[in-house]
Amino acid sequence: MRPVEHFPLFARILHWLMAAMILTMLFVGIVMVTTVGPAYHQLVDLHRPLGICILALALVRLVNRLLIRVPPLPDTLPPALRTAARLSHIVLYALMIALPLVGWGMLSAGAYPVAMWPGFALPPILPHDPALFALLRHLHTWLALILFGVVLVHLAAALMHGLLLRDDVLPSMTSGPPADARKKQDA
Amino acid sequence: MMSLIRERLAEKGGWLRAAAMCAAPGLLALAFALAAGWLTPGRLTSGTFMRTFRMVDGPHPGFRRNHAKGLCVTGWFEGSGNATPLSRAPLFAMVRSPVVGRFALAGGMPFQDDAPEKVRSLALRIMPAHGGEWRMGINDIPVFPVRNAKDFNDFLLASRPDPQTHHPDPARMGAFLAHHPETQQALALLKARPLTSGFANDTYNSLDSFTFVNTGGTATAVRWAMVPDQPASLPAGQGAGRDYLFHDLIAALAQGPLRWHLIVTVGGAGDATADPTVPWPAGRRQIDAGTLTLDRAESEDGGPCKGITYDPLILPEGIAPSDDPIPAARSAVYARSFTLRSGEPDTTSAIGRAAIRPGEQ
Ligand code: HEM
Ligand code: HEM
Repeated sequence: MRPVEHFPLFARILHWLMAAMILTMLFVGIVMVTTVGPAYHQLVDLHRPLGICILALALVRLVNRLLIRVPPLPDTLPPALRTAARLSHIVLYALMIALPLVGWGMLSAGAYPVAMWPGFALPPILPHDPALFALLRHLHTWLALILFGVVLVHLAAALMHGLLLRDDVLPSMTSGPPADARKKQDA
Repeated sequence: MMSLIRERLAEKGGWLRAAAMCAAPGLLALAFALAAGWLTPGRLTSGTFMRTFRMVDGPHPGFRRNHAKGLCVTGWFEGSGNATPLSRAPLFAMVRSPVVGRFALAGGMPFQDDAPEKVRSLALRIMPAHGGEWRMGINDIPVFPVRNAKDFNDFLLASRPDPQTHHPDPARMGAFLAHHPETQQALALLKARPLTSGFANDTYNSLDSFTFVNTGGTATAVRWAMVPDQPASLPAGQGAGRDYLFHDLIAALAQGPLRWHLIVTVGGAGDATADPTVPWPAGRRQIDAGTLTLDRAESEDGGPCKGITYDPLILPEGIAPSDDPIPAARSAVYARSFTLRSGEPDTTSAIGRAAIRPGEQ
């Protein structure tokens, strides 16, 4: 049997950090738009900078992903599922970048300050245009719901690999090479 | 692969593992649905307010869901420096910041008739050169009729016109008031307020409480008002024409700039900040924080106040929310109103361009 190939440590850290951040953001987003209580502005104040953080990390991650060797999917996986896996990863990257950009763009088009923390706001990336604001505001919702859907499918697929197929896919992201293998690599 | 899956399912605990595989995403989806309120449709949201305004005022696509009839104005704000010991917001320094404002009548009816006793409002967007924008929407009443968002929604619903009589149903309002003595007291204060002849000589109040924070980090509870330089005069009867308040304002601006002083009231110990139905006692310390000058009227049609929302939580550093629950609700609801109206077909304001420069369309 071939030894498990793992994602490099930096890629794994980015993956799990961003997984936590994105899930947090999806919940923060959906809770804030359905409350009119004091939590509303506290959550929005958290949502903007956290979303911009995700954008920055997603760009780093995209570059990193293009540079590293990605562990191959097991040969046993049918071609249709391989394609599905590839496509879903492309969609995940695209949304991690597009969703915060749409957030930033919609606030720009709505002439809202894109406040990060007290005393600091990002510059607008789009001209003031209320109709565009409305369009992007709705797009932000739909892209967020699609992202959540793809995250759910991604989670189910990871668990299928980990719990049912018990192949190398889940360990390639959850763990690094065992200590003795690492020594061998270093040698 | 299917045969491998079948094999795995046949193993001891195979089905359990399959259940676990489905349970994790399933539970996450359920948690999301709960968080989104999809399973609790009665939750009070900005959407509830959209339905309420529609029910009370009728559908008016393209218009603000409240304070729908209005006029854009522009000018500037000049800080006096007197408020800098209380707030580090840059606009309180002795600098001039451009202003885009909007005068309006409360209510979601964009073509309602002007009348002396209707609630008038002033909304301001103050834009200092180096950032630290401040937006506010302030009204010419002494207190707000309700304490929180839920009560405001119930109050609006209780005031909705009966389809037969076109007037609010006294029984419905009576039932609301019976449970809300604070609203009875607030409405008495509203009724007793001195009316002025127009927008230009009216005083507009923050009603909500906010917090000023100075460079040392000291927080101070405040409310504020825009107090006119223009001398008060009593309303001269009903006024001429359906839009006389706006036409008078346009005429006054054509004569020359209009001025207000931003008078900040400092809350004393025990003054209610979380309850905008309760006035602060007279005699509190007041600071003249600067002067607002408005020198130009513009119709909403193509005007600079149409495509923005006066979200009261767009605050500069040095001004923060207090424990007053209303501003957060306003921020959420204004965002919804702004999104909906900005996506709807363009409208023509009751106060069109021809009202300002005759001959223009
Ligand atoms: C990965 C990043 C992001 C995720 C997952 C995300 C998710 C969400 C979700 C789920 C909603 C609720 C949508 C609805 O049901 O209407 C939302 C709303 C919103 N998001 Fe984001 N968002 C992200 C980035 C951003 C960024 C970068 C900004 C701005 C800088 C932003 C600003 C907003 C605003 C202003 C709202 C609506 C608030 C309102 O209308 O009351 N988002 N977001
Ligand atoms: C929970 C309470 C409140 C709700 C739900 C509410 C709702 C609304 C809505 C939906 C708009 C239209 C926003 C837009 O489309 O841009 C609006 C405008 C306005 N509101 Fe409120 N409001 C509340 C409380 C208040 C209070 C306490 C004040 C005054 C201190 C106030 C003053 C104004 C003003 C001045 C405007 C007009 C802004 C403009 O001219 O564009 N509102 N309100």
